[in-house]
Amino acid sequence: MLAAIQERIRDAAARGERLRLRGGGSKDFYGGEPRGELLDTREHAGIVDYEPTELVVTARCGTPLAELEAALEERGQMLPFEPPHYGPGATLGGCVAAGLSGPRRAAAGAVRDFVLGARLLDGRARELAFGGRVMKNVAGYDVARLLAGSLGTLGLILEVSLKVLPRPAAELTLRLELPQDPALDALNRWAGQPLPVSASAWRGGELHLRLSGAEAAVRAAAGRIGGASLEPAQAASLWRGIREQSDRWFDGAGTLWRLSLPSAAPPLELPGEPLIEWGGALRWMKGAADAARVREAASRAGGHATLFRGGDKSAGVFAPLAPALARLHRELKSAFDPAGVFNPGRLYPEL
Amino acid sequence: MAQALRAILPERAVLWQEEDTRPYECDGLTAYRQVPMVVALPETEEQVQAILRACHALGVAVVPRGAGTGLSGGALPPGDGVLLSLAKFMRIVRVDPVARIAVVQPGVRNLAISDAAAPFGLYYAPDPSSQIACTIGGNVAENSGGVHCLKYGLTVHNVLRVRGYAADGEPLDFGSEALDTPGLDLLALIVGSEGMLAVATEITVKLLPKPPAARVVMASFDDLQKAGDAVAAVIAAGIIPAGLEMMDRPATRAVEAFVGAGYDLEAAAILLAEADGLPEEVDEEIAKLSEVLTRAGATRLAVSRDEAERLRFWSGRKAAFPAMGRISPDYYCMDGTIPRKRLGEVLGFIGDMEKKYGLRCPNVFHAGDGNLHPLILFDANDAGELKRTEDFAAEVLHKCIAVGGTITGEHGVGVEKINEMCVQFSDAELELFHAVKRAYDPAGLLNPGKAVPTLARCAEFGRRHVHGGQLPHAALPRF
Repeated sequence: MLAAIQERIRDAAARGERLRLRGGGSKDFYGGEPRGELLDTREHAGIVDYEPTELVVTARCGTPLAELEAALEERGQMLPFEPPHYGPGATLGGCVAAGLSGPRRAAAGAVRDFVLGARLLDGRARELAFGGRVMKNVAGYDVARLLAGSLGTLGLILEVSLKVLPRPAAELTLRLELPQDPALDALNRWAGQPLPVSASAWRGGELHLRLSGAEAAVRAAAGRIGGASLEPAQAASLWRGIREQSDRWFDGAGTLWRLSLPSAAPPLELPGEPLIEWGGALRWMKGAADAARVREAASRAGGHATLFRGGDKSAGVFAPLAPALARLHRELKSAFDPAGVFNPGRLYPEL
Repeated sequence: MAQALRAILPERAVLWQEEDTRPYECDGLTAYRQVPMVVALPETEEQVQAILRACHALGVAVVPRGAGTGLSGGALPPGDGVLLSLAKFMRIVRVDPVARIAVVQPGVRNLAISDAAAPFGLYYAPDPSSQIACTIGGNVAENSGGVHCLKYGLTVHNVLRVRGYAADGEPLDFGSEALDTPGLDLLALIVGSEGMLAVATEITVKLLPKPPAARVVMASFDDLQKAGDAVAAVIAAGIIPAGLEMMDRPATRAVEAFVGAGYDLEAAAILLAEADGLPEEVDEEIAKLSEVLTRAGATRLAVSRDEAERLRFWSGRKAAFPAMGRISPDYYCMDGTIPRKRLGEVLGFIGDMEKKYGLRCPNVFHAGDGNLHPLILFDANDAGELKRTEDFAAEVLHKCIAVGGTITGEHGVGVEKINEMCVQFSDAELELFHAVKRAYDPAGLLNPGKAVPTLARCAEFGRRHVHGGQLPHAALPRF
């Protein structure tokens, strides 16, 4: 299996062909238009090593995310970054390559924060391993973390080792009625206090907060914050909807913008009301707003905007890079993939 | 070179006479020394840029340095180059309690950030044991950890933005005050790059709310393996302690004589487990920890009753390194990380090595994250002992790789562990590291010769690559 993939990569490099790396295809919509001949990673699957007491799981790229999460759940653990699947076929490789994190991100960290090590095939089909299966490792540049969010442009991610965490002993979701401004103020204020807030979502004048942790901590925090509590099933469905974008707010959103901002940034002057996550640091905008205007507003607020779904991708999906960073991107791309075999244009047109 | 620098810096900011440059000859790893040709002490970003441009134009190597507390020789100066000290970049630019960030210059001490954030009930989480002296610039270069990283992460998890300059003086800006930036995660790559890719001049860190309560459980075990299993039992019970540290008997005895923390001197190992958070949460976790540790066979258990006692329990662990200085003329600190389940095996191996080399080696251990700090006691004035110490250390590091771990958890490769990089990584992997380096610094002028060995060096050192991750049970190669 591995040898056949290596052969295809070598062959593509020799012929000047391009390969489109793809797992379950659940994130085909994300990033630049996929191009090149399909290389399906799903056969390279399976959990290689899972030691709950080490808090580390190692699995191959084609492992279905659902399978991995089920294995962790069986031992009372979880992927702390709560990744969105965006479809039943989502794989671990795609999850890491896309680098997208879910509701717990602001509290726990992103995909990259939990990547401990990775094996990959570079553009010369060399099998390389970086990082490892231990929590602390500073030998060599942190190439494994760099792969998170690289959209497969640096190499084929074969295997990933992730730090996992125990599932919280208790969880409780609260609902509060708050307009956008005071909601943002409250979210930033709470984040500065030792409260176990593990997720937040504001939309349409309604703020939902999830508290996770020790029973006593959740109870104490709920008392301090107030609001109405949701039934567990209702709460689970709410957070699933936010994470998977199946929540009613996303209904009929033709074009969806993802704005990543400093959490305390005031509401942006853009048409329509956002859905706000991550304590204010992630804001979704729907509707066909002018790309230049959205980018400008995000950048003025100290963040950036991504054309997440739909819309006209010709103006670029990701915010343009400063020239010095764009040069580093090109140099790194050629270090990993000199012949430009992998996922051309998925991250930036010139990569 | 000194002339070129004198043209762009005030006279007092360029040192070139040996009496002035000698203090910069080494960092915390004193076994390696080299007096730099010139030391530059810039005070502004413009000066840093001008120095880098001048060095680039003349093809002269530059080695950045913070407080010089590093333990792997990462700031060892080049004999024919410029040592770029960022010691004057000491300004805390901004603490924003609402956004929970601090913008600081690289020469700011780690602990000074937490001090500046304290009035707002906030702190900077990573706390390497040198935190009163080490600088945030050095922490970024080494991806420093500390005793709380299992729960709160390493430097890479707590830094939002790094601004600085490439080797040719080009301004660079990685990360932002948002939680992510477009494109590749170059912030993750710059953290832990040991000053090889860029020179940082401004760093933005995350601040966390200070937990209102913290208590620590101290548990004694009559067997090292039992203590190791107790750590696994704590994790299996779903507890992530704020700190989880282990010391073996020789270490405990050495520190007890030094600080009088009240440690159990008969125990084969002592485990310190800290719970922090809301008071209710701490009580719940301490009760759970006590139960798990008792069930795991703890022979004695003590829970700190107040802050003074908590600090006393920790005092010995925090003073472990200086305490060794009291019982031995010199000590050599290792920094391997291993999967925790291999602890008994690795400690047994270290015991064998003590006999083989005739040297003592107490162990302190960040048990929560598998990071070992065996401390080989030796006398540097005895050339034979120094050589035996180095061989001892090399064997232990190779063992760490063989059990699926790494040669360095938090101290960095620097010059110290550069040969062991040939063991941990294949030629192709090392080649890729060099290619990454060239992407940032094609002329190879920034901290040259550190962290990543040349393939020629590895060939000379001997081909000894074992793939820890791939072959967790690979036999240790013998030489």
